Amino acid sequence: MNNAHGVAKKSGDGQATGDSATGGSANGGSVSNGSALRLANVSRSFGTLEVFRGLDLEIGHGEFVAIVGPSGCGKTTLLNLLSGYDEPSSGTVTRAGAVRMVYQHDGLFPWLTAAGNIELGLRHIAAAAERKRQLDELLTLIRLENFAAHYPHQLSGGMRQRVEIARALAGDSDILLLDEPFSALDYLTRLRLRGELARLLRERPRTVVFVTHDIEEAAHLADRIVVLSERPARICCELRLDLERPRDLTHPVVVDAVKRILDVMGLRAAPA
Amino acid sequence: MIPSPTDLYQRDRALSDAPLTDAALSDAAPGPSTSPANASPVPMTSRILLPTLVALAALALWAVLSASGLLPPYSFPSPLEVAQGFGLESAQGRLLDNIIASLFRVTVGFTLGAALGVPCGLWLGNSSRARAALLPHINFYRCLSPIAWIGFAITWFDIGDKSAIFLIFMATFFPIALATIAAVSSIPAVYFRVARDYGFRGRELLMQVTLPAILPQLITALRVTAGLAWVVIVAAEMAGAQEGLGFAIMDARNGQSPDLLVVNMIVIGLVGVTIDQLVVRLTLLPGVRWGYER
Ligand SMILES: Nc1ncnc2c1ncn2[C@@H]1O[C@H](COP(=O)(O)OP(=O)(O)OP(=O)(O)O)[C@@H](O)[C@H]1O
Ligand SMILES: [Mg+2]
Repeated sequence: MNNAHGVAKKSGDGQATGDSATGGSANGGSVSNGSALRLANVSRSFGTLEVFRGLDLEIGHGEFVAIVGPSGCGKTTLLNLLSGYDEPSSGTVTRAGAVRMVYQHDGLFPWLTAAGNIELGLRHIAAAAERKRQLDELLTLIRLENFAAHYPHQLSGGMRQRVEIARALAGDSDILLLDEPFSALDYLTRLRLRGELARLLRERPRTVVFVTHDIEEAAHLADRIVVLSERPARICCELRLDLERPRDLTHPVVVDAVKRILDVMGLRAAPA
Repeated sequence: MIPSPTDLYQRDRALSDAPLTDAALSDAAPGPSTSPANASPVPMTSRILLPTLVALAALALWAVLSASGLLPPYSFPSPLEVAQGFGLESAQGRLLDNIIASLFRVTVGFTLGAALGVPCGLWLGNSSRARAALLPHINFYRCLSPIAWIGFAITWFDIGDKSAIFLIFMATFFPIALATIAAVSSIPAVYFRVARDYGFRGRELLMQVTLPAILPQLITALRVTAGLAWVVIVAAEMAGAQEGLGFAIMDARNGQSPDLLVVNMIVIGLVGVTIDQLVVRLTLLPGVRWGYER
């Protein structure tokens, strides 16, 4: 299912700027220029609270974009707009391909085992043997072969996180939206899961939008870092990193990116 | 032999000397427990021994009190009289017949109450309009003691099984429906988002997401309600039946046999505890353990 899903939502003056995709068929709002996701002049308010005003963002196929920004600035809202769960107050959102999301808060079904949860992502595959093959492959990919029959409450936080990612990777979604997937974990586990995510993406490339509070994490993983300002959030800085993944955390490109973002956010201590 | 998840988990934890293995990084997630919910850490021998000691002490106190002659025998039968009464009641088969009669009514009434109460609760839990319309009424009937129905039960269904089953149904349907509604409303929204992402809709959503999400709470509600049903059946049979443990209580009172009164009281309590132990087994199902171990 690689149909282009074009979703255009109500614009400010009440005039539709495209039609709403329902069946997944291509339509007037589809992306034609090779980008996987595009926000054009998007605004979103909750009552009087203006979260976005005239935001533009374009994400290419296979690109890994990290979104960083202060708490409450609208990162989750941005992902909800990208996934189509939420609609902009005005402007258009277009996406090419099927989207999977990893939620900020525990989204595994506790009544299903690790395998059962991952199989949710394989529901569209009719042949049981093929489902089984892909399930085994994913379990190997996240190195949880021995934990297939465990329920989420029997797994550690990092293991649960890996199952969530495997579930989102299952099937043929092209776009992966991750909302602070590692924020609940300790530093060592986070480092390790970054490595695993990089490895998983090498084996199965996707377009990724990765929300994080962690500037180092963003620099460690992303092709492009988008820094959001306080509400109403604008893009206050974008940074490209041209470096293969998996990356060395102390690579000059990574370190330099961290420095520059800290600078932009005014968070670097001035040398005495 | 396929190792169970527990074995693997423990093996993994045991073998983890390397600092960065899963087990080393994991918080101590408990393996699948085989004990019922809220099981105490008290060892098995004490779990049997201690209550037995208490029972023996109570028996001794009872024997001393009745031997002291402080209380008249017609209002305070001795343990020996009760034991004899027990022998008589069971030898004649009356005791077993009464147990079967009461259990049958409770089983049918409770099954009907649950079979209709759970779907009704699921429906109301999902439809805010229906909930707005019906919730106050369900609350009304839940607060109305089912025993109050006994007059109508006997006129409509006559004395016997049918009226007792009706009363048990009235006693169980409303609390089960209410508990189901409450459980549905407490399902975290993220489950429904995930369900939507992975294409669950309609019946599938209900059976594969909503129902399993409420199952732990539902089992707790069923446990409470089964206990309630067993309490209600005794009262129901006192007026509306010619057999059953409640009838036997009434019969013993009318026949002024306090020993038989005690025999039946003991049996009612013991059967009630047994029912509870059976329902509590449901909490051991692998797909609901999460609800009790978090
Ligand atoms: N459904 C909603 N109704 C009203 N306000 C909302 C809603 N969702 C989000 N908001 C508001 O929008 C703002 C952005 O919220 P959002 O969850 O996107 O922040 P965030 O950047 O993801 O924060 P964090 O980093 O803490 O997760 C917040 O001020 C929040 O209160
Ligand atoms: Mg957020």
